[in-house]
Amino acid sequence: MSDTQQEDIKFDYKYGFSVPTKYVYKADKGLSDEVVKKISYYKNEPAWMRDFRLKSLSVFNSKAMPSWGPDLSEIDFESITYYAKPIDNQVRSWEDLPDEIKQTYDKIGVPKAERDFLAGVSAQFDSEVVYENMRKEIAKLGVIFCDMDTAVKKYPKIVKKYFGKLIPPADNKFAALNSAVWSGGSFVYVPKGVKVPMPLQAYFRINAESFGQFERTLIIAEEGSFVHYVEGCTAPIYTTSSLHAAVVEIFVHPKARVRYTTVQNWSSNVYNLVTKRSRVEESAVMEWVDCNIGSKVTMKYPSCYLVGEYARGEVLSIAYANENQIQDTGAKMMHLAANTKSRVVSKSISRQGGRCSYRGLVNVSPGAYNSSVFVSCDALLLDEKSRTDTYPYMKIREQQGVEIQHEATVERIGEEKLFYLASRGIDKQSAEGLLVQGFVEPVAKEIPLEYAVELNRLLKVEMAGSVG
Amino acid sequence: MLKLNNLSVSVGKKQILSNIDFQFEPDKVYAVMGPNGSGKSTLGYSIAGHPAYEVTSGQIVFNNEDITEEEPEKRAEKGIFLSFQSPLQIAGVTVFQLLRLALEGKVDPLELRNKINRIAKELKIRDELLNRSLNEGASGGERKKLELLQAVVLDPKFLILDEIDTGVDVDALKIIGSYIDKIKKGRTIVLITHYNRILKYIKPDYVLVLVNGRLVKVGKKDLAHQIEEQGYESLNSNL
Repeated sequence: MSDTQQEDIKFDYKYGFSVPTKYVYKADKGLSDEVVKKISYYKNEPAWMRDFRLKSLSVFNSKAMPSWGPDLSEIDFESITYYAKPIDNQVRSWEDLPDEIKQTYDKIGVPKAERDFLAGVSAQFDSEVVYENMRKEIAKLGVIFCDMDTAVKKYPKIVKKYFGKLIPPADNKFAALNSAVWSGGSFVYVPKGVKVPMPLQAYFRINAESFGQFERTLIIAEEGSFVHYVEGCTAPIYTTSSLHAAVVEIFVHPKARVRYTTVQNWSSNVYNLVTKRSRVEESAVMEWVDCNIGSKVTMKYPSCYLVGEYARGEVLSIAYANENQIQDTGAKMMHLAANTKSRVVSKSISRQGGRCSYRGLVNVSPGAYNSSVFVSCDALLLDEKSRTDTYPYMKIREQQGVEIQHEATVERIGEEKLFYLASRGIDKQSAEGLLVQGFVEPVAKEIPLEYAVELNRLLKVEMAGSVG
Repeated sequence: MLKLNNLSVSVGKKQILSNIDFQFEPDKVYAVMGPNGSGKSTLGYSIAGHPAYEVTSGQIVFNNEDITEEEPEKRAEKGIFLSFQSPLQIAGVTVFQLLRLALEGKVDPLELRNKINRIAKELKIRDELLNRSLNEGASGGERKKLELLQAVVLDPKFLILDEIDTGVDVDALKIIGSYIDKIKKGRTIVLITHYNRILKYIKPDYVLVLVNGRLVKVGKKDLAHQIEEQGYESLNSNL
């Protein structure tokens, strides 16, 4: 992508942009058995998946909204379009994509280098995965990387074994909703002992007004394997609220390692309510790297169920709340076996009255002796109007050899630091940007370079875009 | 070069500097001395433009331009640099990142990197300090060296060094003192100091003595010796 295009994004993005898209099929607004059946019909799904959807819908209808956390009462489930199919068939290469979709990707800035060097772009446009390109060597290794819809048809045995097993529809209202109307998302299967040499990437984006996006991702890493999955999310701005309710399930078999990196920038009217969970077996490692910028409300608590001895779980996160934004994020670490280890590093920035909350749960079950827990949450407040809260819940039901460490700091950008940087010729806005960049550095350094660059750019744009 | 016209400065309600009149010349080294609390650091902060230091009367004129109300970053751009008595730690930001931002668009990053490495070597700054957050895990002397490094890269015309000799061991003092002497050409150097020991390496052209926020005496370098032998009291009796 050229520099001029980069410039365009900066300015376009602040106001949102929307490319008119031709839909082959767009469901009526609202939710009913009829709509769910239609989704399943248009996807040409097997009966078991259609039944799963219908059952999930009744769970959704019977479930109450969460009784805790940010206010979600403005979500009107009846005014949302649950499914839209933009083009008829999957296309094989970038060049085959319709121009308007390519334009959208250009504006989002899918890095060009990615196409050249990285495994495959599985970029989701609205609810269908329209572009997918997998490098041959990965396929040769036996790795499956495709969109979830394809997986249901092509790999029913594996999908049936794992789909909805870690996050059943009854887990929470939004997981139930996703289970009923899910569309798109990625399916990754890594065979025993295979180490995927490059990150697998997907871009997600909402493009129709009031159009909910309900992607579904399932990753299975067999014994001793390794994979790094990266998702970047961005959405244009509309006048009515959009809903993004994703479900991500990850199975990490013994001695395997999975890293899941998210850099997302939803526009400021999106409700971003995501359930992410991993099951980590003996001596396996799960790492979540989660960067949340934008959205109206984000509720997201990546979790690790450490079910095998010596399993390790890690959540590194950055949350940035600007004016009228709520980032309610955290982590859930379930120590269900002995000698397990968890580490949570959370960095949040609040500005212009934005609000960040860290909400974390650490559970050490009886028998999980010699387990160790490290939680560190740092909050940076850029002005007096902004707010930060910490809700760290710890249920420690095993004492033997269990080590718990919890640190929390709240920092304001002070006059002294700003003056120090000013005395080197750096103006206030740039100085704040630099301090924010420095503040998130311990997490940002864990992100692949291209995304780290993008993250910095997003933070810069956010810092510059003072509305008030 | 830089002129203080009847300068008075307050912090909050407290007046710290009173009616200072002085003109600094280019290519000269000034030592500013005085007992604790005499307003030496305030003088540095005021010239650099710290927002908490309010000029209640008089002006600061730099190269014939009144900068009394100028923002600190603008003063820095014009060529004024303040080396801090207690340099701050900046988490997650290396000295390279800081200077790159300060010089954005004015310097090639690779060139800047090489320059920093070269100066660090000359000042005997450990490599690892360059790759860490600024001033993290740095000793007093190392912090002062990193201030000096930033100064040299930013190449100011008016360099204020606030107690660059405090908290510094003998070896570091020698390096710092000789380095200042080496880079003094083409600049005005203002050394705010308690001690004579740094003056062994860099000879001041003038010594200014502040007592209770007033400029009580200006002399040549032998004034520093007199102060060392007889203390500030002797000056007061001479007034």
